[in-house]
Amino acid sequence: MAMLETKNLGISFGGLRAVDEFNLTVERGQLYGLIGPNGAGKTTVFNLLTGVYAPTTGGFFLEGKSLAGKTPLEINRCGIARTFQNIRLFKEMSVIDNVKVGLHNAANYSIFDGLFMLPRYAREEKELQTRARELLDVFGLDGERDYLASNLPYGKQRKLEIARALATSPKLLLLDEPAAGMNPQETAELMETICFVRDHFDMTILLIEHDMKLVSGICEQVTVLNFGTTLAQGQTAEVLADPRVVRAYLGE
Amino acid sequence: MKTRLQRLLPLAGAALLYGVILLLMATKVLPRSYQQMLPTICTYIIMAVSLNLVVGFLGDLSLGHAAFYAVGAYVGGMILRYLTAIPFGVRVIVAIAAAAAVAFVIGGAFLYFVRKLHGDYLAIVTLAFGEFVRSIVKIIPGTGGSAGLTDIPTIAAGAFPIKYIKAFSWSYVIMVISIFLIVNLIRSRHGRAIMAVRDNSIAAASVGINVSRCRIVTFAIAALFAGIAGVLYAANTAAVNPADFDYNVSIEVLVMVVLGGMGNIGGSIIATIILVALPKVLLDAAQYRLLIYAIALIAMMMLNANPRFTAFKRRVSEKTSKFVKSLGRGRD
Repeated sequence: MAMLETKNLGISFGGLRAVDEFNLTVERGQLYGLIGPNGAGKTTVFNLLTGVYAPTTGGFFLEGKSLAGKTPLEINRCGIARTFQNIRLFKEMSVIDNVKVGLHNAANYSIFDGLFMLPRYAREEKELQTRARELLDVFGLDGERDYLASNLPYGKQRKLEIARALATSPKLLLLDEPAAGMNPQETAELMETICFVRDHFDMTILLIEHDMKLVSGICEQVTVLNFGTTLAQGQTAEVLADPRVVRAYLGE
Repeated sequence: MKTRLQRLLPLAGAALLYGVILLLMATKVLPRSYQQMLPTICTYIIMAVSLNLVVGFLGDLSLGHAAFYAVGAYVGGMILRYLTAIPFGVRVIVAIAAAAAVAFVIGGAFLYFVRKLHGDYLAIVTLAFGEFVRSIVKIIPGTGGSAGLTDIPTIAAGAFPIKYIKAFSWSYVIMVISIFLIVNLIRSRHGRAIMAVRDNSIAAASVGINVSRCRIVTFAIAALFAGIAGVLYAANTAAVNPADFDYNVSIEVLVMVVLGGMGNIGGSIIATIILVALPKVLLDAAQYRLLIYAIALIAMMMLNANPRFTAFKRRVSEKTSKFVKSLGRGRD
């Protein structure tokens, strides 16, 4: 069974058909790219898949389970986590606390346990601390764990967002323009990180990206969106060579 | 991460401080007017710290914290006044428990109904809710209506300074417990969820935080502690009147929170002590109390909007925290 499958997914805002007849199948363990010119509807697709918007037509399935119409909270608990195009960290919290928020549902102790610092609180907090540091370690952020998230340099903020998303133990990770604003060296490093996350966490990843070097470097398959409709779909190299795709990006 | 034992240290400090104040009171080194002020300070500290939970940690502006203070004062006051069959000591505990429970439920229910509102809209509704509670209280039988509830049995009985020592002691104990619990809440996973909602509610929802529930519970807990503060007020002053809970009180407490720094518990405590004690210290200035509050609020807001001032504040706080850390042992 496919990890993610969308069937005729679509949404309209008033008269505008932002995404139409969107069909996509992402297999387990795949690294899948979603590309297209600005305003093509890529982030809208992510917002549909994470429950920020409810689809007006069609639906989508995570390992066969229908998730259309569920809230962002429910969808996260079912196993989809995401990062945001405009970084949305918890800025006034420390780096490690950002990850611990992602681990919120990994602990079970009640408010009462926390208020009175009961043994269960102490035990589970210790566990959260260990797990959070392990995750930070993967992204080379453990040394900065006590910094405020907003004080991290840009590239590390993007990494922290990925770490926070992974903390929720998702099956599918959605990355919205992970390389935006990065220099070539940072991008190269990020590509390594993404591949490492896929292998190390046995993760399925769907990513939006404008940096074609990154897309052709790590994505096995891509879908190209243009004006809300699917322009091309398939093996990365073939799709990127498609004259229609080149035209969509560069014009006639 | 601090160990549980390290987090109990402030309690030892609080006990020490209690001993010092008690000594000053018993020897009458602290004059009568100051002794009289101490229970008020404790009450207001609970109010400010609990409001900080909403304004500073959750990031919702509340202009009606006095509503829950009133609920606690009336529920507690009526129990103390009417349930005379129960021995006084037990009655005080019942009053606190009941006031806390009622305020908790009202606070949670209030936010449940207006959970779709944020920012200015929520602020206006909280303002209206404060006045609403004050009006409702007047028509409930047994509250004494506009004249207020009088003859509440008070803990502060006896001659000077015994009277004030009693009033201060129980207020202080309850204040320390309240602060301790609120700090524990903030340092738990639920506290992190509250701050996550403040910093970015969309991202919080995306990592599995139930934003609505988080806001409802935070309001309910803040209301619970305001309710407990209400019982302190009722039992220390022996009389409560609807006029004691108008929006000025909510604003006063808000000024304490803003002045002390939003999201800063220690700041709230210090700001409360200063703002309650200052008019007494500068006796001549007592009549300008509200004017001083207003000016302080305007000054703080203007300063906090100034990037150079916030940068300065950050530098100072980083230096202080470095210093505190260098004192502490056994960091992991």
